[in-house]
Amino acid sequence: MLTRNVFGLPSMGWRNPFEDLENLTRRMDMLTNAMYGRPGARLMMPKVFPAINITEDKDKYYVRAELPGMKAEDIKLEVTGRNLAIIGERKIQSEGENTRYHRREREAGRFSRIIGLPGDVDADSVDAKLVNGLLTVAIAKSAAAKAKQITVKTSE
Amino acid sequence: MTESKELQAKAKQEVATPAEQTRPGLVFTPEVDIFETDQEITLLADMPGVAADEVTIDLKDGVLTISGDVKPWEGSEETDVLVEFEIGKYHRQFSLSDAIDQDKIDAKLEDGVLRLTLPKAQKAVPRQIAVKAG
Repeated sequence: MLTRNVFGLPSMGWRNPFEDLENLTRRMDMLTNAMYGRPGARLMMPKVFPAINITEDKDKYYVRAELPGMKAEDIKLEVTGRNLAIIGERKIQSEGENTRYHRREREAGRFSRIIGLPGDVDADSVDAKLVNGLLTVAIAKSAAAKAKQITVKTSE
Repeated sequence: MTESKELQAKAKQEVATPAEQTRPGLVFTPEVDIFETDQEITLLADMPGVAADEVTIDLKDGVLTISGDVKPWEGSEETDVLVEFEIGKYHRQFSLSDAIDQDKIDAKLEDGVLRLTLPKAQKAVPRQIAVKAG
């Protein structure tokens, strides 16, 4: 059946009637991403506690997690191959007998997460510190994984 | 509580309508526990990444405002590989109905958790009133 739509040439067949709508949806998505998207890596929803950020410079990977109220002895870190495991438990102290809670938003419990790092690492030089509830793990990249500068020779 | 459950990941809550800020950045609401005894009200707020000198606590006209500034913690040479949470300051307000003895407010920041103790003013402490018969 020949169809003629307002903006185009007459075409054969009954095309997808929603094609124009899909096109519009896609263009609106691109528009909102352009307006509200933030520079840098796209934000991923955390699926496992804790939410982490991984960054790198030329020598190390940095893994950061927000762990308020945790003490260093309640966290266990292990590096196996390319994986960093963060295991621990958050405890919230109980507050006496005669307390009436108005709000209870903080949660306590166990957590365990294994994070795959993007490249090979040197398991012997890992530095971890927990300051003000922010855990920062700095892991040195293995020598083979660091980018090597290659000089280009101009003559033989 | 004897058994512990598994913690679930939660996205950080952004403040719904933040006031105009002097510096650009995100503002999050910290998670809080609020409880009271007969003597005092205690507030515990999770503010990871905030140091003790970056916390502001203000109590005026029955409105308690807590905010914490976070210094950017990434080195300038670092590039992002995976981003699951954003960095931003914390801000939350509460209205307090009880009269608070403002001189005795105590604030302590430990491991990124702010513990704010607000002792009730003497007239707000519940007193037993004996009911006389007859």
